[in-house]
Formats: sequence, structure tokens, C-alpha cells
Amino acid sequence: MNQLLNCIGLACPIPVVKTRKALEAFTEDGELTVLADNETCVQNLTRLAGSMNLPITSEQTGEKEYTVKIAVSTEAVKKSQGTEIEVTSCDVPTRRGATVVIASNQMGNGEEALGKALMKAFIFALTNSPDVPETILFYNSGAYLTCEGSDSLEDLKNLEEAGTKIFTCGTCLNFYGLTEKLAVGSVTNMYDIVDMQQKAAKIIRP
Amino acid sequence: MIQTVDFFTPIVDDPYLFGQIAAANALSDVYAMGGTPKVALNIVGFPNCLDPQILSDILRGGADKVKEAGAVLVGGHSVQNDEPQYGLCVSGFVHPDRIWKNYGARPGDVLILTKPLGNGLINTAAKADMASKEAMDAAVLSMGSLNRIASEVLKDFEVHACTDVTGFGLIGHALEMASASQVTLKINPGAIPVLPGAAEYAQMGLVPAGAYRNREYAGSYVKAENVPDYRMDILFDPQTSGGLLASVPEDMAPDIIRRMRSGGLPTRCAVIGRVLPKMDHSILVSS
Repeated sequence: MNQLLNCIGLACPIPVVKTRKALEAFTEDGELTVLADNETCVQNLTRLAGSMNLPITSEQTGEKEYTVKIAVSTEAVKKSQGTEIEVTSCDVPTRRGATVVIASNQMGNGEEALGKALMKAFIFALTNSPDVPETILFYNSGAYLTCEGSDSLEDLKNLEEAGTKIFTCGTCLNFYGLTEKLAVGSVTNMYDIVDMQQKAAKIIRP
Repeated sequence: MIQTVDFFTPIVDDPYLFGQIAAANALSDVYAMGGTPKVALNIVGFPNCLDPQILSDILRGGADKVKEAGAVLVGGHSVQNDEPQYGLCVSGFVHPDRIWKNYGARPGDVLILTKPLGNGLINTAAKADMASKEAMDAAVLSMGSLNRIASEVLKDFEVHACTDVTGFGLIGHALEMASASQVTLKINPGAIPVLPGAAEYAQMGLVPAGAYRNREYAGSYVKAENVPDYRMDILFDPQTSGGLLASVPEDMAPDIIRRMRSGGLPTRCAVIGRVLPKMDHSILVSS
């Protein structure tokens, strides 16, 4: 199935919307050709196709004419539509790893020395569990644990090697003046923190 | 005395909110220079065919913001125009020794941003009817907020350079600051507050043409390390009524952020980078 979509004379974001609708209307694999009259439109269509995992090529075919070809796989289109539903539906395989949320440099409430020792032991125990967590999020005083001077650095580096993704809240690093001292994993922000927790199969909060 | 003028066509459907946003945007330049707005004049273009009530709502939105800024609206001028346009001419005062300029950033400073990015992306998504209510509400709240609290808190500290983030996007305005100050600004993309939905719309290709123009203009001065395209889109996204970008001594930053938050700043603020001695590229985007 091949289709032509003429977007000449249409200002962004209308071509993106029309292209997305046209892609979703494909009932079998094929090619969608989009005619556009500006570079912005071509770049936006490239992003759209990228987000849906569809191969895309484009060339300038006239002074103000660009021909964009998208190879349409109905399966890929369906997948990109269903991402959100998949995550929340019950059909998702439950073998997905856990997200561990560490919001403090201590485990539980009580004496500080005990809380810190418990947290160190918890992280060490994670390295020995058969399923290492998919993600560990560190925020608030938890940020100290991923920075220079932390007793858990070696364990966290081992976890990272075993495939765990480690993220520390950037705001927290700034707040505690630790930005330059982050020693393992990468920096994240509140939107990703929300997103990762929403999409997690299971959340563990020591 | 500082004088500034800005006006534009509606970016939201609600006329009262549009009035507020246009006024917050016009007042912002005074705040970005460390000044206090004192007097404002309306600038209005309006078509005959629309209900005069709409115009009255726009002006009420603007007047409320001017009042919130502690300034006085003393009049203005209106013309008939095919589409509505609204903005203000604002005059403010600042002590000549305490004007903040967009140059003067020093190595060792950190950069503070006082509003989240992404309202250009959200406005583009809104034109496509694809912006969520959550994203739109957050964008409207941010665009309609005065930079007053941010500016007042900064006045109690040492500010080496300051600008407001508007049409050239964060990187465009950071580039101006970097070039004029003869330094390199290192921006940590993970630390930047971003409006909800903006990243998603960037990935879907709902990127405003202005973001591409900003990228084209500034791109060669920027070195980005392992930053996905959609995040760069956010950094290049043109902002309406964006926040302040201030270069301040590192040791003062935690207090500034704390004061802004406890002082009721309605938007998210964060330390988003640092000032380095001048290198090959004026802007370094890296975590």
C-alpha cells in the first residue's frame, strides 16, 4: 500500500498531525510519501518517524518542495500507539526488574549511625540478589550515596556493571553542593523520576 | 531609567490569560536588568469584528499583572488590526551602579534558571490539538508568572550577569552571555527544569520553526556530549515570557535557590550549569 500526502502550503504542526493520522490509517505495510514546502516540516517529520521507529528518507525536489518517504510497518505504528497502554495493562510480563527508590542516606528512622549502616548493608545485599534492579533512583540526602566519600560506591559500581541503571536527582546534587562529586551513574530530573516510577513494574523503598 | 516594549499575537485562547502573559513578558526585561517597573502603557491592535468584551478581558489581564508588579498603568494606544495584538511599553528604575547586564559572568560562577523550559513546544502541540491539559496549564502558569520574585531575591546577592530567556531559547541567550563575557557556559541538561509534556512533543516532531532557526544560528558554537536530539530541541525552544538566567557566585547559589522557593516563586528554579574559562565552544552541553 502506497500513499501520497500533500502538505504543500501547510504550516507546522499541521503536516505532523496529518502524517501521523495517515500512518495510523495504514492497514498493511507500504510507503507514505509526504510533500512539504519547508525544512522545519521535514525535520519534524523525521522526529515523528524516529519516535515510531519507521525508516525515513527525504530529498529536496524543488525550490520549495521536499519529498519525504516513510517506510510504513503497521506493526511498528501499532507498537508506538500502544506504548502507554502496554505499560499499564496486565499482560506485561512481570519479570521486568524493579525500581529501587532511595530517598535518604539512611534506612528507616532512628539513630543516624544505625540508619547509615543499614543502608550500606541494603545496597550491598542488592548486589547479591539474583535479579539486580533495573533502576535505582537517588534523591534528597540519598544523593550522598552516589558521590565521592560514599561507602556504597563500590557496590553501586558493581550493580552498574551488572546492568542496573543508576540515577541521581540533579536538583539534590546542586542543593547539597555535590554536582562535581557524582561518582557513579548519571544525573536525572523530576520528570524522569516521575516517569521511571510510573513505568516501573515494582518499586522498592528501603 | 529602563525602558522596554514588547507585544505579540494571542498564544492562548483565554483573553484574560493572554493579557497576563503579554504583560508578564513585557515587564520581564526590567526584572532581568535588576530594575523595578514603575509605569506602563498599553499597546493594542484589535479587529472590529470581534466582541469588545474580549478586548476588555485582555486589558484586564494586563492591568492585573501590572498591578501585581507594583507599577501603574497610565494609558496606551490602540489601532484597528486584522488580528488581536497586545503588549506594553514599560519604564522602570534601577540604580546605575546596580544594573545587571548580559555580560560579566565569571569562571567559578554557577547559572541559575528560574522557570522551566518548553512552552514553545507546548504551544506548537496546542496548535495541533495535541497538548494535554496538564502541559497547557503548566505552560500558562509559567508564562503568566512575573519574574519579580526571582529578581527581588537576586538583588540581595551578587549577580555577575543576568538575562531573560525568550525567543532565542536557553542556548541562544546563554550564547549571548557567554560571548559577551568571554567565557564558556557549561549547561547540564539533566538539571534543567522542563514543563510536563515538552519532551514528548519534541520527540513527536511538534517542534516550532523558531527552535530550528535558533539551532541553525547557535549550533556551531555549541558542543553537546551524548545529549539526545529531543533534549537539545528543548534547549533551543523559543520561550514566551521565560525565566531569568543569572550568573552568580557558586557559594551563594544554594541560598538563592532556597530563598526563591521559600519566597513563593511559582515556577521551578534550579542551578543548571557553571561558568568556565573560555574554550573552543562557547556553550558546552554535558552532564
